[in-house]
Amino acid sequence: MTEQGVRWTAEQVLALAPDVASRTAGAKLGGAGPWSQTGDSASGLVWGVCKGSGSTPYRTVVDLTGPAYNCSCPSRKFPCKHALGLLLLRSAEGFGERGGAPDWAAEWQAGRAAKAARAASAAEGPADEGAAKIRAERRAARISAGVTELEQRLEDVLRGGLAGQQQAGYAPWEETAARMVDAQAPGLAARVRELGTIPSCGPGWPARMLEEGALLHLLNRGWLGLAGLPQPLAATVRSRVGLPGSAAEGEVVRDRWLVLAQYDSVSPDGRLTTRRTWLRGLGSGRPALVLDFGPPGRPPGLALPVGLVLEAEARFRPGTAGLRADLGERAAPAAANDQPPAGISTGAALEAYGAALREDPWLDSWPVVLGPVIPIPGELGWQLADAEGTSALPVALSGGASRSGLWQLAALSGGGPVTVFGECGHRGFTPLTAWQPGCPEPVALG
Amino acid sequence: MTAKTTDTDTDTNRDTNTGHGEWEELVAAALLGTGRRQGDPSALLDAAAVQTVRRRAGLRPAPAGPRPDPAPRDPRPAPPEPARRRLAQLLAGRTGAGSGGGRRGAAPDLTELLPQWLAAAGRHGYRAPAALVPALLDAARARTDLRAQALALAGARGLWLARLNPDWRFALRGGAGGGELPDPEDGAGVERLWQEGLFAERVALLGTVRVHEAAAATRLLSTTWAAERAEDRLMFLDSLRVGLTEGDEPFLEAALGDRSRNVRATAAELLSALPQSALARRMAERARACVGPEGVTPPAECDAGMLRDGVVERPPAGRGERAWWLGQLVEAAPLSCWGERFGGLGPAEIVALPVAGGESWREELHAAWCRAAVRQRDPQWSKALLGSASSPPATAPGTASLAERAKLLSILPDGQRAQWVAEFIRAHGLSEAFQLLGVCVVPWAGTLGRAVVDALDAAREAGSYPWSFSGVMGLAERCLDPAEADLLESLTATSDGPPDTSAGAAAYWAEAFQRLVATLRLRATMLGELTPPGP
Repeated sequence: MTEQGVRWTAEQVLALAPDVASRTAGAKLGGAGPWSQTGDSASGLVWGVCKGSGSTPYRTVVDLTGPAYNCSCPSRKFPCKHALGLLLLRSAEGFGERGGAPDWAAEWQAGRAAKAARAASAAEGPADEGAAKIRAERRAARISAGVTELEQRLEDVLRGGLAGQQQAGYAPWEETAARMVDAQAPGLAARVRELGTIPSCGPGWPARMLEEGALLHLLNRGWLGLAGLPQPLAATVRSRVGLPGSAAEGEVVRDRWLVLAQYDSVSPDGRLTTRRTWLRGLGSGRPALVLDFGPPGRPPGLALPVGLVLEAEARFRPGTAGLRADLGERAAPAAANDQPPAGISTGAALEAYGAALREDPWLDSWPVVLGPVIPIPGELGWQLADAEGTSALPVALSGGASRSGLWQLAALSGGGPVTVFGECGHRGFTPLTAWQPGCPEPVALG
Repeated sequence: MTAKTTDTDTDTNRDTNTGHGEWEELVAAALLGTGRRQGDPSALLDAAAVQTVRRRAGLRPAPAGPRPDPAPRDPRPAPPEPARRRLAQLLAGRTGAGSGGGRRGAAPDLTELLPQWLAAAGRHGYRAPAALVPALLDAARARTDLRAQALALAGARGLWLARLNPDWRFALRGGAGGGELPDPEDGAGVERLWQEGLFAERVALLGTVRVHEAAAATRLLSTTWAAERAEDRLMFLDSLRVGLTEGDEPFLEAALGDRSRNVRATAAELLSALPQSALARRMAERARACVGPEGVTPPAECDAGMLRDGVVERPPAGRGERAWWLGQLVEAAPLSCWGERFGGLGPAEIVALPVAGGESWREELHAAWCRAAVRQRDPQWSKALLGSASSPPATAPGTASLAERAKLLSILPDGQRAQWVAEFIRAHGLSEAFQLLGVCVVPWAGTLGRAVVDALDAAREAGSYPWSFSGVMGLAERCLDPAEADLLESLTATSDGPPDTSAGAAAYWAEAFQRLVATLRLRATMLGELTPPGP
């Protein structure tokens, strides 16, 4: 692959910004003014020295194969404004002749490689298998006790009737969630918390509560009968309960991965930022969801520009309908995609979701490229309608979508057909990225 | 759940071994509780789980609602890619954290660049990139100063969106976008909107009709004039100020007899801006009776004729009534009447004449001439009343007030205006120049720009702090020609401050100049990006 000549567009660079302030600050550094000793290498390393307000200029280096960033500035954001500015400068003007990297940049790259090698060998290293097995059994027993308790609670609620739930309030569910945390089943705890919020969320709540309660019950039963389940379903149950599947046992797919969308969500207690990155294998057609996490006040490290293609190995975790993946080694710097992805009809999108439910009945949505479709704004709700025909999906706003994103989608469409990537599920379709006809450049709806 | 479920085809294959029927029955049982019916809660949950997964797996698309009509095609070209990116950045920076309070540092100010981007894009005839139209509409909503240009750029796509989103309804009103105003030729449409429209829509309609055919506007206005409320009559009349012509005179003359005093006064004011009008002639006659080479004799009384022509009888507190009447007569009299009265002298000579009867008469007379020059947009009189820019403001022939002078300046042709202000700055420095700079054409002409930069440099040499000039600095960022950036470069160095200046001030000046240079460079880059690629 020779992709060295391909520069990222400014949109792709700015999409990496962890927040609005960095975006603005980075944009201001995207001119030649403060920069010196800039350059890039065929191996995807980009470097430069940026004069700030202090006496010592900052040294900024980016490894495009990651992408990974390093800067001598004190910012705790990744990428920092200098890294953004450097990439913007490169996207606007390029650096001319390629040259050798300065020592400080080369050292950082070498350090990264060494660390990756160490991590790889550590993963393969011998572990105390006996001790690990005992720990796993002990945890499974605690989860089973928690599951049994939760089943009891669900049955009690149904025996007494959901009607009483509005008076009972949230506190008992919060307490149950805490018990699930104690039982080391974070997946169950999250579902219980969600369940507790339903009685206060408006008309139709009893049906929703019954749905979610029943799915939780299904998960409990799955856990208690784990031994009798087929392997992939058992893995799904384990991961839904909150036992992280081991990536080591996952299936490895090497492909050219198109980045379809990326968005962050913050946990209800504000302590953890989860970054979701949706990919699609251009060869295999396979969707992949890469999760990355960041502690409070610090965005997750993984930043992949929407619309780029990276050639890499993805290791799929067992279960959860084969969506969760970890990206392995990347072969070449990411390059821009040259055409919008092919879309499917609204009916096919729901079928895809339905099919995925066979493998993971707890799945809320499935990643789908829809198109050509026409957005229909409506006061009671938006729809995405097949350009040919009369079928439509209702639009649901959740996760990474916002009202202003919807208007952006309408503006792009102007009443005509567009291609839209998003999450298609039982609540509706959540649009995340859009393409105008014939234009390969994606617009992240934000 | 809004998607339609598979009610039609599940009837044939619905699994009945759950022991429960429809989903609704399950919900009813769950609401009531299994305890009352001796049911098994676990079996109910089993059944509900099966139903839930089945319902989700069997979802079908809903029927599509009515589609919006497609947006009309915008034939204008999209801006080049770097310009598009810049606009996205400027729109994002509009509310960005970077523009918040605190010391501004050396980084350029992006907010001020947005109006300039929009203006330049308008000159190139671009359309807005579709994805940015919502942000553009939001910007237009928040900043009325951007509105006309932002809406022009958003064009047909913007209006199409505005019809769908109540937040952007403003875009459909007002003249700029054209909105939903009927074609001026469409008599029935005009009539309907005039009868039923909101006030703002009616004002916009009046403006559109007037541009199309001046006389049609006053005809339209006459149809409902008697029934309009006094406030509305005043506003309608005021809207005639733009593009006032002789053709409006009959209507205005009739309005001199209006029930409302404010309407009468406004009609008189508009008529006096028409030097050929009957009112202007009457005023000229009265004014000439009071003022001449022999001196000033203010009117002895305010008679009924004067009252009808809009002269306000009662002076504000602290002013003599005869001086008050004199001022109004001179202000409303056409300036062209003075040459003959003063034996063929030109404005500058007339202004320079000593005024018999004392200093206070001179002041009254000159102030009234200033108001007349502005109202009648007379550059020769304006120039005469401004006098020489380098003489001390207190000795100015017309007025020492900076606000009045700014008004007079705005009547001068662009080049003369810049020249005059440049001269003023060279003579008096920057401290009083702010208002005057505000009426100069952007980008500043070379002489004016250099005068400002020289004055800033002189202020630095004199050891003052840059924030004393933050107003002018801000103006300079917006108005200096980007070509001046290179000249300014030498001022950005920190080290070469004179020894008697404190190091702190020198550093602040260096920073302020750096920001100025950075902003100018960015503006030059920005304007370059908007230039269409060559053939």
